[in-house]
Parts: sequence; structure tokens; C-alpha cells
Amino acid sequence: MRVALASGLSLAASAALAQTPELTIYTYDSFVTDYGPGPVIAAAFEEKCGCTVSFEAFGEGAALLSRIRLEGARSEADIVLGLDTNLIAAAAETGLFAPHGVTPELDMPVAWDDPLFLPYDWGWFAFVGNVGDDFPTSFRELAESDLQVVIEDPRSSTPGLGLVYWVEAAYGDEAPEIWAALADNILTVTPGWSEAYGLFTEGEADAALSYTTSPAYHIVAEGDETKAAMAFEEGHYMQVEVAGKLAATDVPELADAFLAFMLTEGFQSVIPETNWMYPVTMPEGGLGAGWDGLVTPETSLLYSPEEAAARRDAAIEAWRTALAR
Amino acid sequence: MALAALALVLGPLAAVGLWAGRAGMPTPGDWAAFRFTLWQAAASAALSCALAVPLARALMRRRFPGRKAFLSLIGAPFILPVIVAIFGLVAIFGRNGWINAALAPLGLPPLSIYGPQGVILAHVFFNLPLACRMLLSGYAAIPGEHWRLAEALSLPRFRFLEWPMLRQRLPGAALLIFLICLTSFAVALTLGGGPRATTMELAIYQALRFEFDLGKAALMAVAQCAVCLAALGLAGRAALAPVAAPGLGLQARLPPGPLWLDAGVIGLAGLFLALPLAAVVASGATWIFDLPPTIWWAALRSIVVALAATALAMAMALVMARAGGRLAEVAAALPLSASSLVTGTGIFIILFRVIRPEALALPATVLVNALVALPFAYRILRPALAQVEADYGRLADQLGLGGLRRWRLMLVPLARGPIGFAAGLIAAMAMGDLGVIALFASQEQQTLPLAMSRAMGAYRMGEAAGAGLLLVLLAFGMFWIFDRGGRDVRA
Repeated sequence: MRVALASGLSLAASAALAQTPELTIYTYDSFVTDYGPGPVIAAAFEEKCGCTVSFEAFGEGAALLSRIRLEGARSEADIVLGLDTNLIAAAAETGLFAPHGVTPELDMPVAWDDPLFLPYDWGWFAFVGNVGDDFPTSFRELAESDLQVVIEDPRSSTPGLGLVYWVEAAYGDEAPEIWAALADNILTVTPGWSEAYGLFTEGEADAALSYTTSPAYHIVAEGDETKAAMAFEEGHYMQVEVAGKLAATDVPELADAFLAFMLTEGFQSVIPETNWMYPVTMPEGGLGAGWDGLVTPETSLLYSPEEAAARRDAAIEAWRTALAR
Repeated sequence: MALAALALVLGPLAAVGLWAGRAGMPTPGDWAAFRFTLWQAAASAALSCALAVPLARALMRRRFPGRKAFLSLIGAPFILPVIVAIFGLVAIFGRNGWINAALAPLGLPPLSIYGPQGVILAHVFFNLPLACRMLLSGYAAIPGEHWRLAEALSLPRFRFLEWPMLRQRLPGAALLIFLICLTSFAVALTLGGGPRATTMELAIYQALRFEFDLGKAALMAVAQCAVCLAALGLAGRAALAPVAAPGLGLQARLPPGPLWLDAGVIGLAGLFLALPLAAVVASGATWIFDLPPTIWWAALRSIVVALAATALAMAMALVMARAGGRLAEVAAALPLSASSLVTGTGIFIILFRVIRPEALALPATVLVNALVALPFAYRILRPALAQVEADYGRLADQLGLGGLRRWRLMLVPLARGPIGFAAGLIAAMAMGDLGVIALFASQEQQTLPLAMSRAMGAYRMGEAAGAGLLLVLLAFGMFWIFDRGGRDVRA
């Protein structure tokens, strides 16, 4: 009898489990690490939705998009989280994403009206160097200085692409000239952000292309105040990270609920000190100590998705020819 | 077996090409990448082999305390995960590295590692030990009696004993190194100093990931395969076939050269190979005891993957190396030149029609790692088994030794050294590989290299350094066990 009861219970439990809807989110690697936002956010959303959230991680933003394009409409993904504005045009072109139908109120330096994608965090690109060094205040000053910086390759990394857009947005036709002047300050070019930032923290380079928020990690997580971002007077290019719902999802309501949750306290308050970016809606308590002293540029540069897509090849080619000499 | 290996390379490549159906035209940048890829691979292979000859000779001439440990240790650079090796090299040869720190007080100009010289330096660091070990096993295969005979008859030993062996082994070693360097990605980019040092593999990465131009990626992978076949043809022409030279198993020993020369060669090579390793140990040592449980689980998964890949690759390589032949030669070279990114994507495209690829993440990783390791195992085993067959094959035939008994009584005992070396190499390489798993794995399936790369991507540079050291220790441990298990007593 006891055995029968026990097996009956476990049958009921597994039946309940089978009915629990599952929300599958594709994202990039660092989002799902133990110290990334993924685990906390999954737990917070599961509490509300009566569903299970499973993350699948694929490299970084561009790798994530190519994965979705490979899988097409048969993808198991319900949400893709981790593209940025430079990838939106290509993502929209696939026709795989459905409109979110939300008019969000956001705390961002730029307006947002994309029908398919909603932002969940953002930051400004910046060179991060060691406090005490003479920081240049523009690309021209950097080019004239002796500083040796590491940058990422725009052909394999989203920050690298962001830097190319940054120079393009700030200097337009003069961009090739700026790159030529910068050539002797570029110690090397790495495939991704990790290698570049690692070379900087190991002391090999004076600075690396990262974000204005990177020093917050060192202050908050390591109590290290020796790293700072360089403020450039021509303004800083932004990275806005977005998520979208797949048209072929089998749980559309759940996906909508997640996108709505993404803009609320439960998600946004986790972002700053796990993803080290700015939240798109300011949490109630504001940002913690350690974020106060960060560089906050007055001018924000950002191309619309269409403009970014149109300029991409020429901007990368200008970068390549100037540095290949 | 050879056909299966070929199908595993060409099938995914075809899948990628067919998926796309069309391809973007190569740009001027792609052609520049093609030229740079070829010349850096050729230069790296030539330099590694040229340096390996004096090193192997010096090691054959001298017996000194710690020689065995030295032979194991110089196997280590080859098995370092790429990113770990880059940071190790930068710590020594970089702008703020140990060497420049030593040069500055002397008023000497700083060395720069960034540029083609850095790429080649790194490739020599990886591959000099491999070439050296391949030559050492060649030297060990020259019977001791022959040395004595040559000495008694006052024959020029280099011309009659060493040169034929080098002609037999060097082309294979050079080919292998050329093919490894052909698909260099992170090393070429990070140490190359910028877009001048762009390789084909970066162009493939860009086409696959950034432009989603699968056709172009497949086209470039085909170009890499064509280069591989051409190199294979060249190496085949240059190589000599082994001739029968059975001996009584007396220790081979070269007459000693000048002490300063041998000590100098061994000392310099030892420093060149060991210093970056020391830097890796130094940077990871403080972190290795504080690694979170997820890292340890990832390490366990990596060990299982590595052992499975080793078993699979060794089984294929032994069968293929025994039979030899043109098909086996091709099948044992192509996997190296086929970009693992393209192979991985192709496998994904094929699997995705049938099953959720995540379900097969680890088996797929085992398969691709075994495939990539196959050329190494083949190149190490083929000359050894061919030599054994040349020496004792006819005797074995007369005795009617066939099938498994031939393996058990003749081939395995006489080729123990190379078999152990090959197995150790494969296990260590599979341990450190990040190529394929990243295309498939979810959080629950991550291997140690993937966990390390994810830690780095999330600012955890210290944890990544600790995980890197753990990876090196595990990979080296596996290499050491297999290698020692089979260590050629004569080497």
C-alpha cells in the first residue's frame, strides 16, 4: 500500500512537471555564469510564472545571432537575449522575430522605438586604463600620446565593431586618418573582449577598449580603485543590449510576460552588479556605491540599426586598410 | 576507417556549403589573409624543424640527471590551451615581460612580440617540442649496432645513419606543423598585432559568425583543404620510405659533441620552453584552490571527453597507420586543415534535422576532437609501425602471425613508445580544446576550457587563470601517464 501510494505520488509529481511550461532563452556565455545575471533572473521569473526557465548560451552576441539563423523557424528558443543595436538590422531581416507591442519608458540617453527588440541594459564604450597615467581626452590626444592600448577585432567581436562605429560617428570622413594616427598606439588586436581586457589587467597594455562601467567591477567586486575609464570629448559610442521574442515560439504569452518582466525591478536591479552595465530602468535604491564616480559622457553616439548595417563594411574596411599598412 | 574519417570531414563541409547554396566573393582582404596564412605556416614549420634537429641531436648525445623529466616537460607547450599559452608567452616576451624587464636596465632597446615574429615565435614554442619528440623517436629507431658498426668502419655517421632517418621523418613533422599553423586563429590575431596578420581562419570565423555567409566559409575551408593536399603531395615526394634495419635493441647513442654546444642547445631550448610555463603556474597558483564547484565538474567532464576521444582516435589511427596507403595519408591530413568551426557547424546542420544538438554536445565533441587528433597519432605511429613491419614483417609472416596476435606480439611491444606518446598527446589536446564544445554546450555540459573562457568573459580573470592552471596540470598529467606508460626505453 505504501509503495503504491508513493509511486502514485511520484506519478502525480511527474505529471505536474510535464505540464509546467518551459521558457527557453538563448543568450551569450557570460550571462549564464554562476556570477552572471542568468541564475538570479531565472529564479526570480520562475517564482512569478509557474514555469521553468532554461538558458542556452552561445559565445557572444554575433555567434548567438548566427545560431538563430542556422536553426531558423525550427528553433527551440522562445526568447533571444543578448543582441545589440549593431546586430538588430540583420536579426530583423531574418523575419524570425515577432513584435513586442510594448511602448517602454526607459532611462537611457537615447530614444527607443524598435518594434521587435526591447533593451535590457546599455553602456558606453571607453578605454579603461590605470589611475595615475596621463589620460587623453580625445582620439587625437590618444594618437599623440605614448599609451599602448589593446583593441578587439571588429570582424570577430562586438566591442571591436563598436569602436569602429565610434570613430566613424565621431569623425566621419576623417576616420581613416584617425586610424592611421592611432596605428602606433595599438599594441595589438585581439579576437574578443576577454583577451584584450586580460592583457590590460595583466599589465601588458596601458589600456583596453571596454566600457565606462568596467571600473565599477573592480571597485565593487575587488575593492580595487586603480582602474578608470578615459572620458573623450567627442562623445562615446553606446552599446544597447536587447532581447526579442521569436515568432515561432510555442509559449507566446510566457515570452511576452518575460519581456515585460525584463523591464521591472526583479530583472533590472540584478543587471548592474552581475552584467556590469547600466539598467534601462533605474532600480529603486539607485546604483550602489562604486558607481558614483564613473565617467558619464555628455555626448552619446549611436547609429540606428539601419545606418549601422549600411555603414558596416566600409567602416571595417577603413579600419583594416589603415592598420594593415 | 580512412573512408570514415574522410566522410567525417567532407560531410559537414558539404552540409555547410549546401545549406548556403551560394557564396560571397573573396575580398582583397581575404587574399591578403590567404598569403599571410601560407607564409607564416611555412615559416613556422621550417623554423620548428630546423631547431628540432640540433635539439634532438644534443638530447641523444647526452645522458644527464633529469633527462627523463626534461623529455616529458618539453612535451608540455604543445598541449597548452591556446589562450593560456598566449598569456604565458606575453608574460615572458611581451612589452612588460621578463625579457624586456631584463633588457631595460642594460640600456638595450625593447623587443616587440607583436607582429609576424610573435606569431612565428608562438608557433615554434608550440611545435618545436613536437618536432623534437618525433625526431627523437626516429633516432631511437636506429639500432645501436649500426652506430658501432659505423664507428668501427669510420663511416660518416651523419650521412649514413642520421640523414636517411631525417629524410624519412622530417617531411612528416614539417607537414604536421604546417597544417597546425594553417588554422591558427587566436595566436595569429593576438600576437600578430593587427589586420596585417589576418589568417584564413579569422576570415572563416567572420564569415560564419558575423556575416553569416556560410557559402563563403565553406569555400575558404575548401581552399584550406586544397593547400593541405598540395602540402601532403610535397611532403610525400620529399620523404624516404623506411628500409629494413633490425637490431638487437642495443641502446642507440650518438658520440658526444662539444659539451658547451650540447649544454647550450639544451639549456636555451629548456628556458625558451619552460619560462612561459612558469609564468602560467605563477599566475594561476593563488587561485587554483579557490575554484568554485562548477569548475571542478567541468574538469571531470573534460577528463571523460579526453579519454573517450583518445580511445576513438587511437583505434582509428592504429588501423590506418598499419595499412598506410594514399587514402590513409589524405584522411590523416585533411582533418587538420578543415577548420573545426566549419566541421562543427556542419555537424550541427546535419544533427539539427534529426535531434536537438545539445543532447549530443559531448559525443559530438569527442568525435571532432578524435578527428582533429587523428593526424597527430597517424604521423607519429605511421613511421614507427612501418619501421617495425620493415624490420620484422617477413619474419612474422613466416611464423604465421596475423590479426590480433601480430599486434600483441610484434607491433605493440615494438612501437610502445610512439603509441604512448601519441595517446598522451591526443588526451592532452582533447582536454584543452575549445573549438567545438562552444558551438553546442549549455551550462550543464560545459567543459573546463569553456568554463575558463566564460570566466574570462565575465571579468573573472583570476578564476580563469586558476582554471587555466588546473587545465594545464590535468592535461599534462594525462600526457605524462600515457607517455611514461609507453616510454621508449631506448630514447
